[in-house]
Amino acid sequence: MKNSILAGLILISSSVLISTSSGAGEVTSLRGPSELDAPSNQVVIKRNINDQAPITREYVQQPPLIPHKIKGYRINLKFNKCLTCHSWANYKRAGATKISQTHFADRDGEDMSNVAARRYFCTQCHVPQANTKPLVENSFQPIKTIH
Amino acid sequence: MNIKSLISKMRSPSSATLGSLLIAGFVSGVIFWGGFNTAMEATNTETFCIGCHEMEANVYQEYKETIHYSNRTGVRATCPDCHVPKPWIHKIVRKIQASNELLHKALGTIDTAEKFEEKRLQLAQNVWRSMKKTDSRECRNCHNYDSMDFAEQQRRAVASHSKGLEEGETCIDCHKGIAHSLPALYEVDPSAVTGSAGH
Repeated sequence: MKNSILAGLILISSSVLISTSSGAGEVTSLRGPSELDAPSNQVVIKRNINDQAPITREYVQQPPLIPHKIKGYRINLKFNKCLTCHSWANYKRAGATKISQTHFADRDGEDMSNVAARRYFCTQCHVPQANTKPLVENSFQPIKTIH
Repeated sequence: MNIKSLISKMRSPSSATLGSLLIAGFVSGVIFWGGFNTAMEATNTETFCIGCHEMEANVYQEYKETIHYSNRTGVRATCPDCHVPKPWIHKIVRKIQASNELLHKALGTIDTAEKFEEKRLQLAQNVWRSMKKTDSRECRNCHNYDSMDFAEQQRRAVASHSKGLEEGETCIDCHKGIAHSLPALYEVDPSAVTGSAGH
């Protein structure tokens, strides 16, 4: 009984805290506070940096970043636009970085003769870059031995 | 007027008859030629091209997402800018070839999305082949090597364009699938598609 009263008190006090911190009918997100019934704050479309030299990795397991725009580059069942330059068959002619050998292994660790299905969707890990302020502060430092 | 006098009159027509004949010939010539060209130009518009659902539902929708449809400067290349030659004689040849397209329209060769997808590789290869043959003539109506300032281009573009120019390559050798979806690449480039060829 005592416990349930305590829990109730905590619940009430925490909800009071939440409502006072965000104001009535207002939600605060990374885009800033906005009224619930108003359209959410407009996002400024970030411009991808186009065409840099390859970007050095910041930590060992980091998927290399995409140093160019990828607007309109499709990846679907019928073709993968990225691979028309980055596949082992095409990278030399395109002057591109070839995909890692790890991408040929399926989930059982068997090496396939072509890129494995689980590694087919490049943009799940590899992303283009834009010059923007970090959304949250962080104190990340790149690893010196690889940077 | 008997036949003899008619014949003699035709043999030596008066200058007035000759004049009116000349004027009538000239006027009908202008009307015929003008009409012919107007009709041909009417078939050279986007509205005409997407008048058939095969074009409207497939390739046109894909093109609407590309840079040739919408871009920062607002210059647009419509269907005939890329698919119909500008020089008159080549234009006529292309228009005559288009009768084959009319035949297949009647036959319903690509009248569903599935049928179109089935044929996409072949159709794309037809266009690639003819562009290769004409040294990408239609591209060069707007994009000319001579007018290109490599210094203004991106790093990747400079490298590829300099190499391409040296090796005598043409636009379509690299710029495939820029205004429409690429076909399934199983046969063309199996390294750019998941799985192995044919599956």
